[in-house]
Amino acid sequence: MREPPVLAVQGLSKSFGAVRALHDVSLELYAGEAHALAGENGAGKSTLIKTLAGVHRPDAGELTLDGSPVVFHGPGDARDAGVAVIYQEPTLFPDLSVAENIFMGRQPRRSLGRVDHKAVHAAADALFKRLAVDLDPEQPARGLSIADQQIVEIAKALSFDARVLIMDEPTAALTGSEVARLFGVVRTLREQGAAVLFISHRLEEIFELCQRVTTLRDGGLIASEPLEGLTEDDLVRRMVGRDLDELYPKQDTEVGEVALSVRRLTREGVFTDVSFDVRRGEIVGLAGLVGAGRSEVARAVFGVDRWDAGTVEVQGKALLNGAPSTAMAAGLALVPEDRRAQGLVMDMSIERNIGLTGLRTTVRAGLMDRGAERSRSLDWAVRLQVKYARIADAVGTLSGGNQQKVVLAKWLATKPQVLIVDEPTRGIDVGTKAEVHRLLSELAAEGVAVLMISSDLPEILGMADRVLVMHEGRLTAEIPRARATEESVMAAATGRTA
Amino acid sequence: MSVTTQSPAPAVDPGKAAGTRLVDRVFKMRELAILLVFLVMIGITQAGNSEFLSEQGIKDLLLNATILVLVATGQALVVITRNVDLSVGSTLGISAFAAGNYLQGGGNSTVAILLAVALGVGCGLLNGALVSLGQVPALVVTLGTLYIIRGIDSIWVGSRQITASDLPDGFVDFGSGGISAVPYLALIALAVLVVVAYYLRHFGGGRELYALGSNPEAARLAGIPVRKRILAAYTACGALAGLAGALYLARFGNVDSATGNGYELTVVSAVVVGGVVFTGGSGSVYGAALGALLLTSINSVLPALGVSSVWVLAINGVLLVLAIAVDRIVALRVADALKKRNARHG
Repeated sequence: MREPPVLAVQGLSKSFGAVRALHDVSLELYAGEAHALAGENGAGKSTLIKTLAGVHRPDAGELTLDGSPVVFHGPGDARDAGVAVIYQEPTLFPDLSVAENIFMGRQPRRSLGRVDHKAVHAAADALFKRLAVDLDPEQPARGLSIADQQIVEIAKALSFDARVLIMDEPTAALTGSEVARLFGVVRTLREQGAAVLFISHRLEEIFELCQRVTTLRDGGLIASEPLEGLTEDDLVRRMVGRDLDELYPKQDTEVGEVALSVRRLTREGVFTDVSFDVRRGEIVGLAGLVGAGRSEVARAVFGVDRWDAGTVEVQGKALLNGAPSTAMAAGLALVPEDRRAQGLVMDMSIERNIGLTGLRTTVRAGLMDRGAERSRSLDWAVRLQVKYARIADAVGTLSGGNQQKVVLAKWLATKPQVLIVDEPTRGIDVGTKAEVHRLLSELAAEGVAVLMISSDLPEILGMADRVLVMHEGRLTAEIPRARATEESVMAAATGRTA
Repeated sequence: MSVTTQSPAPAVDPGKAAGTRLVDRVFKMRELAILLVFLVMIGITQAGNSEFLSEQGIKDLLLNATILVLVATGQALVVITRNVDLSVGSTLGISAFAAGNYLQGGGNSTVAILLAVALGVGCGLLNGALVSLGQVPALVVTLGTLYIIRGIDSIWVGSRQITASDLPDGFVDFGSGGISAVPYLALIALAVLVVVAYYLRHFGGGRELYALGSNPEAARLAGIPVRKRILAAYTACGALAGLAGALYLARFGNVDSATGNGYELTVVSAVVVGGVVFTGGSGSVYGAALGALLLTSINSVLPALGVSSVWVLAINGVLLVLAIAVDRIVALRVADALKKRNARHG
């Protein structure tokens, strides 16, 4: 018999309000083994990780550490048990130095329990040497690039000789050689007896690094098995549970004249010299790593942020800098990335949320026409098949996928000529995802020009007629559908010119 | 990052070092700038009125600043955690009256001070518990406790008043005495200031206050006991407001139900003028103390220059807006510099 797993969960369930994030999931992490966690966005991977890290308390199920039951009352407990987590979004303290960020909460001490600043500095320096990176421990975390922030997170995990290393898409913002170096470090840790849980959307990375794989779909456990003998297609089938074609129902459309034309758009320090066109009937994918400046371009085009140089034209009409209302009047709509913070008013009803974009149009004698607002909202809620009890319910009570549909409804109700969607399917379930894709495809067929920003490569490849790729604030590639592959897009997104 | 892997000739170090130095300089500059403004102001006043910096003049300057410095130090602790305590004026008032009421009955001076501090601790605990456990915005909660504590104070004190003649002579002498030009009260404030500053810089708990003000979610993930730290910050803030109440009694000898009314706004101004960023995570108690010194000195400077004291409030306001504007501009400049540095490296 092998040793008991270092860390394991049995029968884990967790719900947030009405949303069931995890249901009866089990997972075993063994010393010296790299374990992949596969699943689509919204499959429950992040919730599982946060439960292992002590951030969430499970509703049901048991955690065991070295075979004995354990309860993590908070992230501190998990850390003390040797569980290190590197999150997708780096969690740094912008005002503090890099060295302090690494050792916060467990700094080396000298007499009287005082923090030994010299030792902190030296230890951080040693970690960076071990990782072979050139970072100044005294530098404040504010202003670090995403890749540098990720390195600080990895140094943090290394600093307490973690027995269990959990990595939530650590490679998403790294270049090829940085990934290779990270994998080198992870392999060393694994050979020294650490258990590794690894999440990545790049399947080849899973096969490269891991021995076992656990697949989640819609919060449920699909399989937990050795990777040997599996193919990428097997994994995809387990993750998606249906054929890819069905998930990406892209129709062939008649491509018309240019609807959105962006020329040499620059916002200093954010993006530089961005030029592209989107034609009627076309879905253009905008790919790139987190922090490449994609959302920022979208915000500038729509007028939420100002640009420093360049022009934006919608159907031949130049837009004013920093004026969303003229952009809307010209037929532009932006479905933002973060629906909670930017897309919806959570406490307001579905009806009112959809109605927000019509405050200027559904007016009679200077007053809001409530009847017109309701019928306009109902019409769109039905067309998008939003699942709700009553249209007067608060949007916050809906599931993530339905919330996303409400945001879409809100903007589609303005009958846009150009639709910019930023991460339209992040964190929503597979079924709704396919519906959103079908909707985008139908809109394009009706002659709407669609610009789709997405970090989900299969989505970009499955939906876009053309793929634009950004890397560190610049457009680095324009790839037609026929030539777009994971490799060609990732190469451009990581700055390796293909 | 990408430099080490991509560019064949990494000309990194100068740029990065410059970025780091720039940021360092800016943060050190903040305190130095206030000190400079203060010194220039004092210099000009002294040039216009040579009586200004007499022994008594210096003593008055320090005495006036003492109480605000103490309360601002406590407030800075709370503001660093991205919270605020608006109830400090009420806490100061009720503590001062409690100490006076006890001394009036023939109590011991040390016990009176401890009593005031204990009362302050109680108020701080109440605030801290409401903010950290209730997860309610600090601004609203402490606005509530401001009125609650003031209300209890008013009911208890009624129209009574404590005057210097009610207090033991030793206590009053302590309030006005000192070592040459340096009052005892100022020494107490200085000692507290140094201890708090040392704690913030050199102890894990102190660093964690900055961490949780800088990024609360990251602090939680780093296993920092967020609620406990916030509770501690409020308790310390209350304790210092209580101590300030006792010293207020010693200094002025005159306490009624309106003592400390509206003081919280002066305190918050001092803290912000002193460079403690209102969104948390940055600033120092030395800065807050300098801010307090600057604001109270204006009260002495204007009469010495023959300017009507009606100008004091307006000038305080201008300083406050100026401080925030400077912070904003500096922050934008720094962000710009860092971004350009990264762009160069990317």
